[in-house]
Amino acid sequence: MDFLIMNDGTPWLSILIFLPLAGALVQMCLKGDQAARLWAMLVTLATAVVSLPLYFKFNPNTALYQFGEDHVWIPSLHIHYTLGVDGISLLLVLMTTLLMPLCVLGSWRYIQKRVKEFMVCLLLMESFMLGVFAALDFVLFYVLWEAMLIPMYLLIGVWGGPRKVYASIKFFLYTLAGSVMLLVAIIALYLKTGSFSIPNMMGQNYSTVFQTWVFLAFFLAFAIKVPMFPFHTWLPAAHVEAPTAGSVILASVLLKMGTYGFLRFCLPITPEATFTFMPYVLWLSVAGILYGGFTALAQSDMKKLIAYSSVGHMGFVTLGIFVLNTKGIEGALLQMINHGVTTGALFLCVGMIYERTHSRELAMAKGVGQYMPIYVTFLAFFSLSSLAFPGTNSFVGEFLVLAGGFAKNKVVAAAAVPGAILAAAYMLRMLQKVVWGGTDNPDQSYLTDLNLREIVTLAPLLFFVFWIGLAPKPFMNVMHTSVAHLLDQVNVAQAGGAVKVAKVMLP
Amino acid sequence: MNPMLFAPELVLLFGSLILFFLSLSGSGGRQARNLSLVIALVAVVLTFAGFNQQGTLFYAAYKVDHFSQLFKLLIGCGLTVVLLFGGDLKGVSDEVRPEYYLFLILSTLGLVMLVSSVELLTFFIALELSSYSLYLLVPMRDDRTGVRSQMEAAIKYILFGVVATGVMLFGMSYLFGLTGTTYFSELLPKLHALGATPAAMVGIAMVMGGFFYKLGVFPFHFWVPDVYQGSSNETTAFIASVPKLGAVALLIRITTLVAPNSEIVVDLMMGLAVASMFYGNLVALVQKDIKRMLGFSGIAHAGFVLLGLITLQESGYATSMYYIFGYVVMNLACFLVICKVSAQGENVLIEDLSGLHKRSPLLALTLGVGMFALAGIPPFVGFMGKFMLLAGALKAGHLTLVILAALNTAIAIYYYLSVVRVVYCNDPEERPAVAVDGVTGAVSVGLMVLIVAMGLAPAGVLEMATQALRAIL
Repeated sequence: MDFLIMNDGTPWLSILIFLPLAGALVQMCLKGDQAARLWAMLVTLATAVVSLPLYFKFNPNTALYQFGEDHVWIPSLHIHYTLGVDGISLLLVLMTTLLMPLCVLGSWRYIQKRVKEFMVCLLLMESFMLGVFAALDFVLFYVLWEAMLIPMYLLIGVWGGPRKVYASIKFFLYTLAGSVMLLVAIIALYLKTGSFSIPNMMGQNYSTVFQTWVFLAFFLAFAIKVPMFPFHTWLPAAHVEAPTAGSVILASVLLKMGTYGFLRFCLPITPEATFTFMPYVLWLSVAGILYGGFTALAQSDMKKLIAYSSVGHMGFVTLGIFVLNTKGIEGALLQMINHGVTTGALFLCVGMIYERTHSRELAMAKGVGQYMPIYVTFLAFFSLSSLAFPGTNSFVGEFLVLAGGFAKNKVVAAAAVPGAILAAAYMLRMLQKVVWGGTDNPDQSYLTDLNLREIVTLAPLLFFVFWIGLAPKPFMNVMHTSVAHLLDQVNVAQAGGAVKVAKVMLP
Repeated sequence: MNPMLFAPELVLLFGSLILFFLSLSGSGGRQARNLSLVIALVAVVLTFAGFNQQGTLFYAAYKVDHFSQLFKLLIGCGLTVVLLFGGDLKGVSDEVRPEYYLFLILSTLGLVMLVSSVELLTFFIALELSSYSLYLLVPMRDDRTGVRSQMEAAIKYILFGVVATGVMLFGMSYLFGLTGTTYFSELLPKLHALGATPAAMVGIAMVMGGFFYKLGVFPFHFWVPDVYQGSSNETTAFIASVPKLGAVALLIRITTLVAPNSEIVVDLMMGLAVASMFYGNLVALVQKDIKRMLGFSGIAHAGFVLLGLITLQESGYATSMYYIFGYVVMNLACFLVICKVSAQGENVLIEDLSGLHKRSPLLALTLGVGMFALAGIPPFVGFMGKFMLLAGALKAGHLTLVILAALNTAIAIYYYLSVVRVVYCNDPEERPAVAVDGVTGAVSVGLMVLIVAMGLAPAGVLEMATQALRAIL
């Protein structure tokens, strides 16, 4: 276990993972809706507080995995319960713990039926998501990765909108079908290395053919989760039908698991195949950016608009990852956090208007600015953040990604630039309609502005929008060493035939 | 002779005699059911007490060891669970209930003897005892449809059963002809010495056929959907779970006869495994009756069990055992819900489960856990079993097979998920609430805990299975 720095006596990561799980078990025994909400709030807040020491105790000068834990789980198959975080997963863990209390707050009034079960699902989700980011054993990772589908399926299928059945089944089938080959790849890797330890699988000299197949299996699973064009079709359906908290979790955390998978598995385990497939992935990312942008421009449903904008934003993330240089990957990592904060906030905003008008149609939300000034202020800032306005968080991330892109290949980067302009177009279009509308606005005078709970829900996210936008250093600091280490692992393979293909694909 | 060696069998035997006299006296089903429950519990306790017993009986045709005791214990537990939740036996009229329980106990006796027998003719007798009792259970269902579907099911069951038995006997004659013995301990070295002789391969494959039939492996599966559908819910719960334990136990014993270098038998089993998985899963997609659907899903799972056997290694057999134990638990959880939802013992359509989460949250959760477990979603036992089977098969070098099996997981999820969808996302409409008595509630919670615990901590069960296998290898 030379890749692991053991914890200082307190198993922080296990506490993080099991706290929501234990909370969910207690939750099942509680009676009453209000008690359920308060309890879920308490548990998620406690988890958020427990996660803070991770940041302060984190040593940014090492690429090893920290806060490590290692116990034997299934001896006959060499499966361990291994946890640890590095600069790549740390911020994702923290973002997850930050968002969960806000999800509970955002569902306070939105969820009126079977509140207890809803909160149980949320807590289970939190437990599994944190586990996915912290797991360093591939079986543990896979167990949590798949187990997550069940509460998420229920969140969409039980508390979702009118087409919830279709959306939830599509979500489940798509994700599961993508991951079955991942399982085969995991077993194949195990047979090569003799253990399921993820760090032990990295940097091995696998044959080119083996790497290719493993990469493809990984890619299918993660590209569906991201989702990359053309595997994105489950996303709009699931996002639109999910309840607010479900959309936030989906957009902010679940999508990140795909890109996290690329960073954690594809790049370091199959570096040679990464170089071979890099050009294709880059062009798919560009396609996603443009396709997401154009489609978002045409939406009349606010949730759908944001869902398609996610396809575009995640395209930037995959672009940043696969340019395979420091700026690109750091930008992508930061953009993952940014997208989590901003899109989560936008979904919360849509949920708030939906609670009032019971419609997600843009036409029904026209001209609410006059009656909900606080609301539109928040919405405006989050929209600007979404279109990467300078001074907001996404600007930093997107700028880094594009800088990395231009350093790698000017044509690809230039092809992605219109995506940024499209983002401005669809976001401003939505903003204009919601704030001012036109001469034919529906009567919005019955609307009440945000109450204290809703302001508290959105305020922390706004805070992060500006913090990351104006002073990203605390966030960038933790990732430098890990990203540099990752690039070392990848660049080992930069030789041979892969480069020739890249020349043809990337003029 | 140490009486403890044969104690569970004796209890079942005397229990069935008492039941026989009870059936003559014309007393009601309630009494018979309580008596059977006592018999089953006593048998379980005695097996447990004699878990570490070892020895041979009846001129070495009958062997008690870890392997047999483990299976006996599970068979006893399976019977107990079926008796606990199927206590009201809604689909069978009161006057035949004593006979019903008589044959149920006799069938269990057959299975218990089956896992202990180490001689071909003893195999045969034990197998027939268990099968013929089961054949009789099927037509005892009330005729509620007016088309006597239970008779059709029984006839199919018996005809296919007889054919499978015939095939098996034919195979046994080959084995006897080749080696001149019916004792397992002598067959093993002689057959291994013969190597990949075609006659030996054919003989072994044909003997396997008899147990493929019990397990529902393609092409011996034709009885499965009709018998599942035609029998009363409680009978199906038994047929779908407990006999499969015996079938896997015997399949493992027979597979050990296969010489290490005989590709043909392995290829044959691989072919059957793939065919079972695809056939079972694809046909299950379009089923409306949930028992029928579970029948086809059982065919697919039987294919998965074979994945462990084809490795011809101890670890592979151990995972097959683990898988079938898990399968029995998951299946019992699903059948528990079916038995309870069915108000008068009628068949349950998937549609009838609409809004179960409102009508009975506990049953809905049980069914949800059962379905996700059968589909192989972690953290449930179905996933761990599938994962270990795939790992073992890939280790043995069967990449194509593993990929095909993984694809099947993706196909299967749809129909399991449709049940969950109906349970959780549909509205109950006019359907009544389902009452759950305390015992059933406790059993369902117990089964769910087992499904999760076995999935998260498989090491203990695997260790037990490996220990048991050491006794026969």
